[in-house]
Amino acid sequence: MSLLAIIGEALRALRLNRLRTGLTMLGMIIGVAAVVLMLAVGQGAQTTVNQAISSMGSNLFIVVPGATSSGALRSAAGSVQTLTMGDALAIAHLPSIKATAPLITGTAQLNYGANNWSTSVTGVTPDYFNVRDWPAESGALFTEVDLRSATRVVILGQITARNLFGDEDPTGKTIRIKNSPFVVAGVLAPKGQSLDGRDQDDAAFIPITTGQSQIFGNQFPGTIRFLMVQGRSDEVMDEAETEINQLLRQRHRLAEGTENDFTVRNMAALAAVATGAAKVMSIMLGSIASISLLVGGIGIMNIMLVSVTERTREIGIRMAIGANRRAILTQFLLEALVICIMGGLIGVAIGIGGAWAVSRATDMVVVITFGMVALAFAFASAVGIFFGFYPAKKAAALKPVEALRYE
Amino acid sequence: MIPQRHVSGDPLLKVENLSKTYSLDSGVKGGGTVNSQVLFDVNLTIERGEFVAIMGHSGSGKSTLMNILGCLDTPTSGHYWLDGRDIASLSDDELARVRNRNIGFVFQGFNLLKRMTALDNVATPLLYAGATRSESRKRALELLRQTGLGNFAAYQPNQLSGGQQQRVAISRALVNNPQLILADEPTGNLDTQTSREIMAIFEQLNREQGITIVLVTHEDDIAACTRRLVRLQDGRVVHDGRVPT
Ligand SMILES: Nc1ncnc2c1ncn2[C@@H]1O[C@H](COP(=O)(O)OP(=O)(O)OP(=O)(O)O)[C@@H](O)[C@H]1O
Ligand SMILES: [Mg+2]
Repeated sequence: MSLLAIIGEALRALRLNRLRTGLTMLGMIIGVAAVVLMLAVGQGAQTTVNQAISSMGSNLFIVVPGATSSGALRSAAGSVQTLTMGDALAIAHLPSIKATAPLITGTAQLNYGANNWSTSVTGVTPDYFNVRDWPAESGALFTEVDLRSATRVVILGQITARNLFGDEDPTGKTIRIKNSPFVVAGVLAPKGQSLDGRDQDDAAFIPITTGQSQIFGNQFPGTIRFLMVQGRSDEVMDEAETEINQLLRQRHRLAEGTENDFTVRNMAALAAVATGAAKVMSIMLGSIASISLLVGGIGIMNIMLVSVTERTREIGIRMAIGANRRAILTQFLLEALVICIMGGLIGVAIGIGGAWAVSRATDMVVVITFGMVALAFAFASAVGIFFGFYPAKKAAALKPVEALRYE
Repeated sequence: MIPQRHVSGDPLLKVENLSKTYSLDSGVKGGGTVNSQVLFDVNLTIERGEFVAIMGHSGSGKSTLMNILGCLDTPTSGHYWLDGRDIASLSDDELARVRNRNIGFVFQGFNLLKRMTALDNVATPLLYAGATRSESRKRALELLRQTGLGNFAAYQPNQLSGGQQQRVAISRALVNNPQLILADEPTGNLDTQTSREIMAIFEQLNREQGITIVLVTHEDDIAACTRRLVRLQDGRVVHDGRVPT
C-alpha cells in the first residue's frame, strides 16, 4: 500500500472519531503551545540580559570602597569612603589599564521652565563616556577643561531629556539642578536597561569636580563613590586585577595580612553569572513545558491503545485481505503522527500568538526563532512516534485469526 | 477479463496429515493449559477448477480447516502446499501476499470494513497490492457491476442488505484475481432466495472463470450446487467424493 493511501486511511479513521481526535490533539496543542511560549519568554530574558551586558562596556572592573571578602558584619561595600581621585589617576597609569572613570552619585531635582524631573545625577570624568562606550546623540560631551574648572555643564540621558524638554532641542539650554543653573552640553544616545533592571537613560551627568564642589557637598573632599576601570584587552584582565589590588594596597598602606579596604569586581564574571542564570531559567521553563507535551503524548498512547483494541476486528479483516504487518504498523503510527503534526501546527500558532500577547500585555521581551518552533515541532513528532509506536506494534503483532474472532 | 495465471503441474491445494490443537488456559489456578485437538491428520487434495463443499456438524473443525487453508491460521503439524508452495516456509509478509493475491476469503458475517463505502471496501485489497487509488476504484466498480451492485458503490455496509453485503464481500474477494475462493458459510446469514442468488454467482465464477471454490455449508441444497463433498466429523475427514443427489 502506498504511503499516500495509508495517510488517506489514517485521516479517514481520525475523521470518524472527531471528538476523540480533537481531545487527543488538544493535549498536543497545549503542550506545543506551552513549549513555544516558554522558550520565547526564556529566550527573551536571555536577550534582555545580553543587551544589558553589552551596554555595560567591555573589559570592565568596578572598584568599590570597603571589603566584601568576608564577614557580613564588616562595613558593607560602598559605605566607607576610601577611594580617591588620586587612586583613580594612579590606576589609570598601570600598564594593563586603558582608562579609569571615577564616579560620584546622587539624586537631584532637575528643572527646566515649568518641567521638573527627579533623576540620578552622576559626577564623572570625560573618560567615563569612553569606558561605557556611550556617545552623544546630539550636542557634545564635556571636556578636560570643564573638569578642571568645574564648570556647570550637564549631559542628559534620553529619558531625562524627553521629560524636561519634550520635543525641544536641549543643547545650549539652561536647566537647574538643586537650583544651580547648568548648561546642557548634549544628550546621550539611548542605552536601555542595565543588568539590575534600571533604565540607564534616566540619568544626568556633570563633571565630577562640579559635583564634589557644588552639588553633593562632601565631608571627605576628593573621595569618590566608585571607580570604573577598563582593561586594555580581554587577555590582560587577570593581570590587571592583580595590579589594581597591589597598587591600591600600597596606596592605602595596608599591612601584610590585613584585609583590603576596597573590592575589585570583574564585570565579565558578573555578566557570565547573569547570562548563566537567564539560560538556566529558559531551560527550566522549557522543561516544565515539555512535561505537558509528555502528558499529551501519554494521552495519545492511551487513545491509540483503546483504538487498537476497539478496531481489532478491523485489523483482522485488513490482514485477511492482504495487509502485511508493516501496513498495519504504518497505519496506526501515522494516525498518531497525524494527531501530533496537526496538534503541533495549531500549538505553534497558539504559542506564537500567546507570546505576542505576553509581549503586548507586559514589558517582557519575547523572542521567537525558527529554531525553537522547529524544536517544538520535532519534539511533538518524536512524542507521536514514541507513544504511537507501542500501540501500532501491538496492532501489527495480532494474529489474523485471533483478530478476526475478536468480539 | 480472463486472468493469466501460471499453471504448474501441482494440485492447487494439498494438505497432508494436517492436525490442529488449541491450548487453552485451564481456568484453574496452577492448572496449566489444556490441549484440545480439533483436526486429526486431515488429508485433502483439490485441483484447479474444482468446486468443493465442506460439511459437518457444528464444532467438527470446518472453520478451523478453512482458516488454515486461507493462511489466516497455522496448523500444529502436517503440511500444506498451495500452488506447489509449502506454506510453512513462508514469512509473515509472504503470507500476507498470498492472502492478498492468491486467495479470496468470504465470511459468514461478511466482515466488511465499517463506515467505508462498498467501493472502497472492494478497492482496499488492491491498495494493499500497491495499486493507486484511482486504478483500484476503477477495478472495484467493475467487480461491483459484475455482482450486480453497480448502483450501490457509494453505500456503506450498514446501508446494505445481507445479500448485498455478501456480494460486496465476494467482489472484494475477487478483486485481485485469486485462484482460490474460500467461503465459510457464505449463505449462513441469508434467506433461501438470497442464498440461491449468491450460489449462482459462485457457480458462474467457477464455470466461466475457472476459479477454484471451497465453501463450507450446513445445507444440502447449497452443497448440491457444488461438484465434490468433503465431510468432517470430529476433526476427521469421513467422506470425500461425489455430492449425493
Ligand atoms: N480459538 C480457539 N481456541 C480453542 N478452541 C477453539 C478455538 N476455535 C475453535 N475452537 C474449537 O475447535 C472446535 C472446532 O471449531 P470450528 O469453529 O472449526 O467448528 P465448525 O465446524 O466451524 O463449527 P460451526 O459449524 O459451528 O461453525 C470447536 O470445538 C471449538 O470449540
Ligand atoms: Mg464454523
